[in-house]
Amino acid sequence: MVSLNQLIAVCLVYVAGLFLVAFLAERAAFRGRGGWLLRSPLVYTLSLSIYCTAWTFYGAVGYAARSGLEYVTIYLGPSLVMIGWWWVLRRLVRIGRAQRVTSVADLISARYGKSNLLAVMVTIMAVVGVTPYIALQLQSVTLSVSIFAATETASGQGGQINDNAAFWVAAGLAVFTLLFGTRNLNANERHHGVVIAVAVEAVVKLVALVAVGVFVVWGVAGGLSETVARIDASPISTWQTGGGRWTALIVLSAAALVCLPRMFQVMVVENDDERHLQIASWAFPLYLLAISLFVVPIAVVGLELMPEGANPDLYVLTVPLSQGQNGLAMLAFLGGFSSATSMVIVATLALSTMMSNHIVMPLWLKLNDAGATQSGDVRTVVIRARRLSIMLIITLGYLYYSASGGSGALAAIGLISFGGVAQFLPALLGGIFWRGATRTGAVAGLSIGFVVWMYTMLLPSFGPDAALSAAVFDHGPLGLGWLRPQALFGIAGLDPTVHAVWWSLSLNTLLFFVVSIFSFPTPLERLQGAQFVNVFDHSSGPAHGWSASQGRTEDLMIMSQRILGATEAKAFFKREAAQQGRMGVPPVPTQEFVQALERELAASVGAATANAMISQIIGGQAISVEDLMAVADESAQILEYSSKLETKSRQLAETANELGRTNEKLTQLSLQKDSFLSQISHELRTPMTSIRSFSEILRDMEGLSAAEKTRYASIIHSETIRLTRLLDDLLDLSVLENGQVSLNARQVNLHDVIEQSVTTAQASSARPIDIRRKPRNEDVTLHTDGDRLAQVFINIVANAIKYCDAAAPVLTIAVRRHDEDVIIGFTDNGTGIPVEGQNLIFEKFARLGNGDADGAGLGLAICREIITRLGGQISYVQHDQGGSFEVRLSRTGLAREAQRLLPA
Amino acid sequence: MTKHVVLVEDETNIAEAIRFLLSRDGWRVETLANGGSAAEVIRAAKPDLLILDVMLPGKTGFEIMAELRSDDTLAEMPVLMLTARGQARDREMALQAGVSRFMTKPFSNEEMLSTVRELTAGRVS
Repeated sequence: MVSLNQLIAVCLVYVAGLFLVAFLAERAAFRGRGGWLLRSPLVYTLSLSIYCTAWTFYGAVGYAARSGLEYVTIYLGPSLVMIGWWWVLRRLVRIGRAQRVTSVADLISARYGKSNLLAVMVTIMAVVGVTPYIALQLQSVTLSVSIFAATETASGQGGQINDNAAFWVAAGLAVFTLLFGTRNLNANERHHGVVIAVAVEAVVKLVALVAVGVFVVWGVAGGLSETVARIDASPISTWQTGGGRWTALIVLSAAALVCLPRMFQVMVVENDDERHLQIASWAFPLYLLAISLFVVPIAVVGLELMPEGANPDLYVLTVPLSQGQNGLAMLAFLGGFSSATSMVIVATLALSTMMSNHIVMPLWLKLNDAGATQSGDVRTVVIRARRLSIMLIITLGYLYYSASGGSGALAAIGLISFGGVAQFLPALLGGIFWRGATRTGAVAGLSIGFVVWMYTMLLPSFGPDAALSAAVFDHGPLGLGWLRPQALFGIAGLDPTVHAVWWSLSLNTLLFFVVSIFSFPTPLERLQGAQFVNVFDHSSGPAHGWSASQGRTEDLMIMSQRILGATEAKAFFKREAAQQGRMGVPPVPTQEFVQALERELAASVGAATANAMISQIIGGQAISVEDLMAVADESAQILEYSSKLETKSRQLAETANELGRTNEKLTQLSLQKDSFLSQISHELRTPMTSIRSFSEILRDMEGLSAAEKTRYASIIHSETIRLTRLLDDLLDLSVLENGQVSLNARQVNLHDVIEQSVTTAQASSARPIDIRRKPRNEDVTLHTDGDRLAQVFINIVANAIKYCDAAAPVLTIAVRRHDEDVIIGFTDNGTGIPVEGQNLIFEKFARLGNGDADGAGLGLAICREIITRLGGQISYVQHDQGGSFEVRLSRTGLAREAQRLLPA
Repeated sequence: MTKHVVLVEDETNIAEAIRFLLSRDGWRVETLANGGSAAEVIRAAKPDLLILDVMLPGKTGFEIMAELRSDDTLAEMPVLMLTARGQARDREMALQAGVSRFMTKPFSNEEMLSTVRELTAGRVS
């Protein structure tokens, strides 16, 4: 039999041991020793075990005894997150470290533009959500004490002892938290003492529960197979997998792992090394497995052994006691005690940080308008605020416990807490993964989620006619049936937990997304959003800019001293000055410096408060162009802009190039025009010179012979003909080039066209030429403008007559077919056109050879224009000796081609 | 000693007109229709006057001028350049090339004769 005094003595020794461990750890950390243990993945993993509170220790067995295997969900949720989604946690940890986050409220507030409103909301919600949980721990301790008390004293005095136990436990925990939780102001610096104490307690509770389990299996049930048989026989082994409830519970517990302030505290704030998370991702689920291993055996054996009506939440204690195992019962009691205390300590620590940073400090700052620059140590204010918060929170827990009268099963209270903090999840996850999340959206989601949770989960938990009247339960407020707390919108018949989780989380998420989409973030929100979402790219990037030039170093120094303490502030300023390359003088308040200072302050008082304090001195923060560019840099949206910009600039460059080319072309065209005019001028002036000169001779000179007169007059005559022909050619070419020519396309026989051309060409020249043809080949019908084609042929034949330099000129006209084309070749036996001139002959005014005044050099240019209009090609083909002109015409495509080229 | 003029002009009718005019004025006219060998002929002949067309087969009037420039013995020889293109740029180029006078076609006979007389006044008896 364990006396109550013995129990208290053991508790005191245990607590003293914890104090000692915590103290030693703090001292070692202060001296920079013991890092191998203090900053080890083992301690990190064990500290995560504060997830397993008294609820787990006592409640899981009770849960199993009442609801069978459903208790597994409470372990399944966190295990799934740790194993499957540890990258989400890693992101959280990375952000927490990069932003020097002090709590879950701080993280959410910092993400949404360092919003104090959000910080206050999350803090209040956390306090409201976690207070029942703290009460739950007190209740479990009192319950366990009552077991020992009941065996000793008359049953009538139990209540008195219970209340006293709860009070003393609360007081003891408050003292511990005050001592080790507020030693260091910088909340982001690790609380090594607390963490190591939590780790020790994790071992104690695991050992205790496993010990009870081993005793039950081998000591009571009589071995493993016996136990399994008993479990099989027990009604609780039936899997009541009500899908909805299981899913809801897994979601809740998974959310709780991330959102519970105490979990956030050990997982993110106290994290020393990101890699620890990787180890914890498998080690922590193992711990959960170990601690849940014996839950069912203890429950089954307890159900069999214990009398009807015994509280199954206490089987862990009562089963060993009933077997006379006082030592084991004491160990079990210590296990439960440690589960409760570690949870209360860390939860209080986390909540008090939130309260002092987000509620007390901003209020204090507001009440002291010049607060930041006033003399006096703000540290004392902060520490006092934190201590006050600790006391307040533990008191709240105690009051809740007293008020609720210790009613309700442990598991139910735990679930209510989970449901409350799970409301942070949308804003939290949305904030770190979605840039589009806005402050307004977060506020909206959190508000609706919290209200629905209160209405459907927290208030009904007090039972009918406690917080809500029975009438409200049955008929809804004001008789509005669709607002019944356990059947919102008329959806009745759901399990109350599923109902509450479903409505609170889905409305929360929905509102969060919808409002985010339809609201616009402030620049600071955008900036922070970018920092959070892109934490893996920019974990060391500047948070945002201060237009710090107005900031005076002395003011900043005074303020920093009061928050960081003189020594640390001086060290920080010295370090920053050294980094600026300024030894022995204060640092220049550059943007980087002020940002670093803000981060340093944020680690002590939270992002929103630090931001507010600095803006008091700097005089309002400025989002500089650089900051916005920083956002721009990161934002996918702006990436798109920049790619568009790139495209645009490429297009601009292309346009510029094109303009350059066009300009060049225009210049060339202008030169061509000049050259053309100059050519025309030359071609006109030349015959006019002769005409003028000879006409003056005829007019002025006396004594000219008749022969001279005739000769000069005929020169004038021939030159006027030359002029006329030049003008004709020019007009013809102009018409052809402008496309104003009207082709008279019809069925013509190629033979007829050649015949006519040869006749005409020969008639206009006195030079003899032998023209050879094969009329049979020429019998081709073409759909073309015969007159225009003849014009081309005449020109070519005339050229041959004119320029063929053979002694006996011969021109061969050969017609051949090539696929659908007809090729007419004109080959003379002269030396042909020199290679260097072949490129030029189809150009205007390209006259080769020595000055035969006849013709202005437009003939072949005209030929080319005509043939192009007729849909064919004309070219000069070089042979071994001489060469030939070839006209290629399409027999079938001609009409179409000609038609196409006709102006509309 | 008769005055000697070299006329480089590819247009036969124009060349005939000038030859007619200058012969009547007492000149011995030597006509070249191709620019290619003109410089050589001129250097050898050292005429009292050179009348030079611009657009010539072989070589242009400007090219011929560039060749003659290096010859000091021809420094005193007046050059009358004729062109049918009649653009301001040609006039500038001609004066830069060291041409004494520049005349645009078509010209009047009177203009031609008086220019030739001016250019050779006091030089040729």
